[in-house]
Amino acid sequence: MPGQNIRRSFDQELRSLANQIGAMGGHAERMVEQAVGALVSGDTELARIVIENDAFLDLKEREIGENAVAIIAKRQPMAGDLREIVGAIRISSDLERVGDLAKNIAKRVAAIAEVRQPTQLFRGISALSDLALAQLKEVLDAYASRLPDKISFVRDRDEDIDAMYTSLFRELLTYMMEDPRNITACTHLVFCAKNIERVGDHATNIAETVYHIITGATLPAERPKEDMSHRVTAPGSVQKGG
Amino acid sequence: MKEREMQPSWLETAAGRLRRNRVLLAAAAASLLAVDLFLGGRGIAAMLAVAFVLAVAVLLPEREGEGKPNATGRNGTEQAGALSAVDLAAVVQDPLYIFDRTGAVLHANEAATLAFGPIAPGGSLQLKFRAPEIHAFIGHVLEGKEAPPAIDYIERVPFERAYRVAAMPIGGEGGLYVLLFRDQSEARRIDRMRTDFIANASHELRTPLASIAGFIETLRGPARNDAKARDNFLQIMQKQTARMARLIDDLLSLSRLEAKPYVRPTERVDLGRLLREVSDSLSHLATETGVAIKLDLPEAPLEVTGNRDELVQVFANLLENACKYGSSGGRVTLQARREKPGAETAVTVTDFGPGIPQEHIPRITERFYRVDVETSRAQKGTGLGLAIVKHILTRHGARLSIRSKVGEGSSFTVYFPPG
Ligand SMILES: Nc1ncnc2c1ncn2[C@@H]1O[C@H](COP(=O)(O)OP(=O)(O)O)[C@@H](O)[C@H]1O
Ligand SMILES: [Mg+2]
Repeated sequence: MPGQNIRRSFDQELRSLANQIGAMGGHAERMVEQAVGALVSGDTELARIVIENDAFLDLKEREIGENAVAIIAKRQPMAGDLREIVGAIRISSDLERVGDLAKNIAKRVAAIAEVRQPTQLFRGISALSDLALAQLKEVLDAYASRLPDKISFVRDRDEDIDAMYTSLFRELLTYMMEDPRNITACTHLVFCAKNIERVGDHATNIAETVYHIITGATLPAERPKEDMSHRVTAPGSVQKGG
Repeated sequence: MKEREMQPSWLETAAGRLRRNRVLLAAAAASLLAVDLFLGGRGIAAMLAVAFVLAVAVLLPEREGEGKPNATGRNGTEQAGALSAVDLAAVVQDPLYIFDRTGAVLHANEAATLAFGPIAPGGSLQLKFRAPEIHAFIGHVLEGKEAPPAIDYIERVPFERAYRVAAMPIGGEGGLYVLLFRDQSEARRIDRMRTDFIANASHELRTPLASIAGFIETLRGPARNDAKARDNFLQIMQKQTARMARLIDDLLSLSRLEAKPYVRPTERVDLGRLLREVSDSLSHLATETGVAIKLDLPEAPLEVTGNRDELVQVFANLLENACKYGSSGGRVTLQARREKPGAETAVTVTDFGPGIPQEHIPRITERFYRVDVETSRAQKGTGLGLAIVKHILTRHGARLSIRSKVGEGSSFTVYFPPG
């Protein structure tokens, strides 16, 4: 049946698009992980590698865009298929931004490594990045599983990340006030924390796109915010288990 | 329902083929065996696979010989004797995926779903496993390029897991492949602990060494002619060397414990006598820290099976901690009892000091873990005491229970098994 064959090779094209998103996602996750790792251990060599690796994401984003356009032109897809393709373009641009953020963190490693910092300064940053990475992983896994109910948790995570960022920000301010020699490093660290928090924002964007791809609807509006003033997210609250 | 719509029809064809194709089975089993060997499989797993292939080989012709009464053929429903790759995957304990030439997942076994969560049927394997190494590895397999037989794959969030991963084509021209994971997390964790341990130990030794070196320099330089300072410094240096000696003793103690092959001790030890001795040996420390040790021991002998010297070490460590960290309570109690013959024997060391915050309790038996590094240092602690205690108790088949309330004190109870 020719119709079936066309569908089949179309499916293959879509899958190859998904494979490419996978490559970008894996790369972006790795860059964030390594950038924060380099920051914590003061590893300028690793930071340099992260900065170099960013080019891969730029290239992939362009490639995915071109492929997507070619598929649209050739197949003139409708509804679900079109959502799938346009969604891939959007996800790839979010992932490209995640790479930029990781690169920005990596660029600050040298400046911070110059003045050796007490390790406690980094503990919060590591925990924050664990949260953001877990969120990004969850979202991309949901994309692979195509289960929309896995996505609604992303918002909660986002709140955790915001709360943690706020507490980290306060902590860094305290260090600055305690000892003026900490100011330069802490300023860089505040920017790093901000970058990590924004990785979380991009994960949320991707969640919305994935939800739309799967269901054709928009992610249900946020629940009314409770008073968050009593809420504390401890650095160790990332779920451990196994 | 949306999903079903989107599930392409070729997938059903492929899945049906997977379900029906008997020829595949032997090849798949053989591949699994090969993959298992690549992963450095333990002989048992490999043997199981062989046994499985043999069993199937025996079963198949027999069932076919029975005729085809319940063979429904084309609809893809159960066909007599048609054990499939899916059935085979189900008996594999390690996570396993079957995927096609385009990287679409056709089947994930239960272990895979448990370990990595669900993946959409027909979904992209490279989207699910996207870390650069494994993405490239799968890519190589799909393109039929030379790939290493197996790679290491580590997931870091939400918690760390390490796997050895192998991939293989199954069924020759079938265009199907299998990806198999072997969990290496435990081995990795032990490895990591070992390196951490060495790093910690050298750090612990370097601190007093650096301070001694500093004092020597001062003594030879600025304080050369200052008799009072000299005496002061020498005293500190003596303390530091004592601490280092202690640390080395503790380290040796631990490594001896680890080197000994696992044998349950067989001596009979009277706990009453042993605890009195321990208490006597620490009376000096108790006076120094201002605590009174109260004994609550039965008159009659209270025997357990154990190694005398090791048990002395256990209770000396617990009592010493109580005297040092719980000194503000002014007293420490040491109690031993067995509710009735044939029951567990419990020895409890209780202090009435500051207590240990809840979140630290699960961790204080770790090597070098201290609630407060400064206090421990000031008390000539090495951070190894409770690690040694735990090690010894494990060998004795005994367990340690820690209860503490901040502001009220702590109690450490050792339970010996009956007998
Ligand atoms: N009875 C106790 N009360 C309060 N803290 C304790 C008590 N026993 C142990 N600890 C805490 O546990 C830590 C580990 O104890 P240990 O392994 O014996 O090492 P060390 O005594 O050499 O520091 C101590 O540093 C202390 O912080
Ligand atoms: Mg101790």
